[in-house]
Amino acid sequence: MESVRVERGTRASRVFAFVAVPLVVALVAMPWWSDDAGNMRLIGEMAYYLALAQLWNLLAGYAGLVSVGQQAFVGLGGYALFYLTGPANMNVYLALLLAGPFAGLMAIPVSFAVFRLRGAYFAVGTWVVSEVFSLFASLISVLGAGSGLSLTPSILRQISPDRDIRDTILYLMSLAITVFVFAIVYLLLRSRHGLALTAIRDSEPASASLGVNTFRTKFIIYIATAACTGLIGGLIFLQKLRISPEAGFSINDWTVVVIFMVVIGGIGTLEGPFIGMLIYIVLRELLADYGSIYLMLMGAIAIAVMLKAPFGIWGWVVQRYDLQLFPVGRRLARAPAEDASQQ
Amino acid sequence: MDWINILIQGALLGGFYALFAIGLSMSFGIMRLVNIAHGDLIVLSAYVAFVVTQNTGLDPFSSLIIVVPVMFVLGYALQRGLLNQTLSGGLLPPLLVTFGISIIIQNGLLQGFGAYDHRLQEGAIETASLRFPGGLSVGVFPLVVFAVAVLAIASLQLLFYRTRLGRAFRAVSDDADTAELMGIDNRKLYALALGIAMVFTALAGVLFGIRTIFAPSAGPIRLILAFEAVIIGGLGNMWGTLVGGIVLGLAQAVGAALDPTWQILAGHLAFLAILIVRPSGLFPRTRD
Amino acid sequence: MTLLQTQKLSAFYGDFQALFDIDVTVEQGETVAIIGANGAGKTTFLRALAGAIGSAPEMVVFDGQPIGGKTPHEIVRLGIAMVPEGRRLFPSLSVEENLQLGSHSERAGPWTLKRVYELFPRLFDLRQLPSTALSGGQQQMAAVGRGLMSNPRLLLCDELSLGLAPVIIRDIYQCLGAISAEGTTVVLVEQDINRALDASARFYCFQEGHLALTAPTKNFDRAAITAAYFGL
Repeated sequence: MESVRVERGTRASRVFAFVAVPLVVALVAMPWWSDDAGNMRLIGEMAYYLALAQLWNLLAGYAGLVSVGQQAFVGLGGYALFYLTGPANMNVYLALLLAGPFAGLMAIPVSFAVFRLRGAYFAVGTWVVSEVFSLFASLISVLGAGSGLSLTPSILRQISPDRDIRDTILYLMSLAITVFVFAIVYLLLRSRHGLALTAIRDSEPASASLGVNTFRTKFIIYIATAACTGLIGGLIFLQKLRISPEAGFSINDWTVVVIFMVVIGGIGTLEGPFIGMLIYIVLRELLADYGSIYLMLMGAIAIAVMLKAPFGIWGWVVQRYDLQLFPVGRRLARAPAEDASQQ
Repeated sequence: MDWINILIQGALLGGFYALFAIGLSMSFGIMRLVNIAHGDLIVLSAYVAFVVTQNTGLDPFSSLIIVVPVMFVLGYALQRGLLNQTLSGGLLPPLLVTFGISIIIQNGLLQGFGAYDHRLQEGAIETASLRFPGGLSVGVFPLVVFAVAVLAIASLQLLFYRTRLGRAFRAVSDDADTAELMGIDNRKLYALALGIAMVFTALAGVLFGIRTIFAPSAGPIRLILAFEAVIIGGLGNMWGTLVGGIVLGLAQAVGAALDPTWQILAGHLAFLAILIVRPSGLFPRTRD
Repeated sequence: MTLLQTQKLSAFYGDFQALFDIDVTVEQGETVAIIGANGAGKTTFLRALAGAIGSAPEMVVFDGQPIGGKTPHEIVRLGIAMVPEGRRLFPSLSVEENLQLGSHSERAGPWTLKRVYELFPRLFDLRQLPSTALSGGQQQMAAVGRGLMSNPRLLLCDELSLGLAPVIIRDIYQCLGAISAEGTTVVLVEQDINRALDASARFYCFQEGHLALTAPTKNFDRAAITAAYFGL
């Protein structure tokens, strides 16, 4: 009698791992084989955009919470870092570590308000909340009010007095945080919580009737995503050296771009944000001289993708080729018979 | 603190917000579509009026003769050509497509007009005010805007409840599938709905452009204000939206009186408070 | 003359096939019944005729013209009207507005608001009320009236008796007789087999998406129907 076993990996994912690991090693080693600080900044930027995209994808593509207000947590994380290292005089690493939890904590009362709304109303509601935080930041003088705050050189020296070493540390931190966020998302989706999420995404009433606590699941995802987004926000503004309400809570910088990445790359897939991020960066670098045309182009592409291929580029690939590089599902495969009845 | 004048100002401001909200409310109600580009369409109307006034010498009020039909056609084409295709795909397509349109409009305006502020000039009416006994002073322009809002809502109610087209709109809003089985061409109706919504959006845009300086980035906050007015008032109820706008305007007026920089924030906080305490709004009507 | 003919009509909900090669013919002026158990495909069949479900053009031929795949509102304009399962009156509209809505397609014909009120006098008294205030039977009458207002040549009735008391069902079927006497062709779907067979000249029995049996209703052997109904 043949039995079945549950397989977690796919052949494509095993092949991909062979390719990906050396690539990651090369990226990590970049400070040592590349002299160009500009390249490091770019890769670092790609890394944190990828992390933001994975988080937004988790929220919208898996938990069904389409938030247009995640920039709130970017700003909260950034301001937490600046306040803690500035007026509160805390060590920069400690401040960065606290930025995430601070954003996560703030997400709790936020959820009380926005979870009252559903669907597209929820989306606009999260946007309103972000505006509220932005306005508060512009009114509180200890946060620099409208002009914001700057990082003093003494704070930067805590990382390293040497500029090149500092850039390297920040770069490696970008990579580390991105890998960390991606690992959390990947492991979450592979776990039974991820299965619950997929069930909720497919049908909330059905999953609720099977005993999935939909509210608690969505709540936890929302808080966790906010905390990770806050951490990334802290890192981003640590690198930017300045924060202001407009920059910290900018919907254009932190949400519009991220949404486009996920949507074009493939919402609801782990591979999609990678592709979307690459496309965005390529377009932006190519069209840098033409002003905001690249944003219009991304808008048009996003519209086209939504109408013709709503699951994005990777979604199309999955449909055609059933390819999964980061498998989260479970497949049944035939296992060899337990009792070999050969003789 | 001249509280009576402040409250009147706030209430009249509510008329403005209600006018912003009409187009959005129609989209919600008839197509179940949250049009993220709504605010940008208001701003676009102001820019269209600007172009018309610059090239024809017409004053902004008169420019409506051109702006309104232009926006009607734009709305009809947008729904017919683009948005109708998003309606059967669930939550994400309409949200993201209108989001994309919003970005395109904003950046298109930026490319075309630059980031500087623009203004529509209507002349003396902008600052005129009526004086009443007891120190009461009411701006003529805000009064006009409020009157326009009331007229707009009244005319829409007439359309919805006394015409064949309005009956069809209500039927489609109730049950789009059955409406089609009764002979209604849903796709054409939706396009007509957005066209009509655009008429009011154009009105709102021109009045907005007269009252305030505007720039390409002014769209999102208009969307949020309109959205807040609709949610506070309750979905599915146009007069409720007027009340919602008034509540919002009053909250903002009170906030501004305490400190001018608190105006918008006060409105947001009132919105969030009402959302937490009474999520379906003050006078909800739709079954969603 | 043949008013409606389906040729190998198949219909799908996504990947799921609900109808398999259905061949049905309806002559002008007759009343044809579609019977079958739950899930047999009866409502799917009506929805395919009405255009709510897509099909290939030649699969449905109405008055000599292929209409498969046309949109529902085009089909109403051609002269087919639906009285949907569960009535589905519009809650925001009054009774009279629901009836008026039925004439949205503005087809010419004998059915006007006045004629509908003559057929269903009770509705006249209730005409200003919201449709939700009506009893089940009254709602069913309003739904039929709404269908008639488009002056159809073919009226599709889906489960008229659903959830109604026998006395009410009898009244409604009497009205249906009057409608048929005016010359309107009727295709009715019914779970109540006796009602269906009493009201029709011919019947089709569906079973799991397939056509199991068809015959004139007069004096037909009930045992054979039961066998076809349950797929025995």
